[in-house]
Amino acid sequence: MSMLEVINLNAWYGRSHILQGVGFEVGQGEAVCLIGRNGAGKTTTLRSIMGLVGKRTGSVMFKGQEIISSPTHKRLGMGLAYVPEDRRIVRGLTVLENLRLGLVASPNRSREAEIVDRIAETFPRLRERLHQQGDTLSGGEQQMLAIARALAADPQLIMLDEPSEGIMPVLVDEMFELFARLKAQGLTILIVEQNVERALALADRAYIVDQGEIVHSGISGELLANPEIQEKYCAI
Amino acid sequence: MTFDLILLQAFTGVALGTIFVLVALGLSLIFGLLTIVNFAHSQFFMLGAYVGVVVLAVTGSFWAALVLVPLVVGALGMVCERVLIRPLYGRGIDYPLLLTFGLGLIILELVRIFAGTEGIPFNTPEALTGAVDLGVFFFPKYRLFLIGVTAAILVALWFFLEKTPYGLIIRAGARDPEIVQVLGVDVSRVWLIVFGIGTGLAALAGVLAAPIRGVFPEMGVPVLVEAFVVTVVGGMGSLLGAVIAGLAVGITVSMTSLFYPEMTTLSMFLLMAVVLVFRPRGLFGRAGVLD
Repeated sequence: MSMLEVINLNAWYGRSHILQGVGFEVGQGEAVCLIGRNGAGKTTTLRSIMGLVGKRTGSVMFKGQEIISSPTHKRLGMGLAYVPEDRRIVRGLTVLENLRLGLVASPNRSREAEIVDRIAETFPRLRERLHQQGDTLSGGEQQMLAIARALAADPQLIMLDEPSEGIMPVLVDEMFELFARLKAQGLTILIVEQNVERALALADRAYIVDQGEIVHSGISGELLANPEIQEKYCAI
Repeated sequence: MTFDLILLQAFTGVALGTIFVLVALGLSLIFGLLTIVNFAHSQFFMLGAYVGVVVLAVTGSFWAALVLVPLVVGALGMVCERVLIRPLYGRGIDYPLLLTFGLGLIILELVRIFAGTEGIPFNTPEALTGAVDLGVFFFPKYRLFLIGVTAAILVALWFFLEKTPYGLIIRAGARDPEIVQVLGVDVSRVWLIVFGIGTGLAALAGVLAAPIRGVFPEMGVPVLVEAFVVTVVGGMGSLLGAVIAGLAVGITVSMTSLFYPEMTTLSMFLLMAVVLVFRPRGLFGRAGVLD
């Protein structure tokens, strides 16, 4: 059974019809990548799955349950976590408080000390900065924090929007190593990424999004070997 | 004019300021989270005094009133938020503004209809009458009590906001409600609670002010103006700003009444004008709010 199944998803911002019947699926334990140019509708797809786009129609099944019209906050408890594009580290909160925010509404809230320890082990960079203001971290560290915050609730599926954007290459390496480890541990991943080569190296399969539709899909190796597709849909 | 007198007047200003602080805190808390300028706020203040009168008549205890009033009026505020204000979220700032303005008028008229247009006497509780010798001067016990209660509430509120998971959610929700929802929190419940806390604080200020200002239907009218002056001076949505500006306005008014009584009412607006010249967003206002 697929963990996430999106069928004929349509979404609007105001009057513009952004998603025009997007459909794809992510199997349990799989890593799937959405590829496409800027403005193709990748971010809107993730936001619609999260219930953050005002007008949306179609079907989003998560673990066999329809969630298209359920309010955003129900998703984390079901096991669906989301790391938005701009990281959204909350200003005025310390690193530790940002992590706690990932726990307050999760089933893990009573195990705070244990979870924070675990996070500190996975993200040594954050351990030294737990009491620093979250927005004083570097871009890469903020991304790590956003990912750590999403992982605090032990989700089954994590959706990552452009995790490598604006981040030092050495940290990007570190991050994708982490994703590979998480995948090996059984976490299902849906990733939107401009860094196509890296994303395809991580992902089992990929879908290509263009003008609000899925125009192509395939296993990662095939897409990597197909320069025509890369040129047509992935040029930035 | 002696130094003692100036000190006494400054102390009086702080006591006066505590009422401003409590009212403005609620207003600022609600604005900071819900981006709602609550024009009914001062009527919740007035309602607090009237509910205080009722509780006092039934139980005979001022202390019971202090506990019950914020709970009762806060609960009423929560009903208003859920039933009236909630449908207006996401429609811009002017819809809830108009709604709360009308709500304030309705509350005022209902009180006039059911409690009469005459004022109701509200005596200072016996334990708090008289004055205490502070060494330098004698100070009315009740005003000292106001300062103590407000300080206690500030400490409790600080603890709640800074040290509890609910406070964490409220602080985060004020900055970024979307990510808070993504992280599994039902933000609409947070808004409900914050509206309850805000109106509860206004009501508590109302019952605390009753022995000084008296209880009458229009008692909230000047309070709305004062609370807005305090919020603007402190910075919209800033709690620290509400506290500091509330005390500053209290001291300004009190000092002006000593040195230049004709200007007493005007003094707070002058203070506001001066602050706005140098800091257009108020003392602790942050960019982006209402820009």
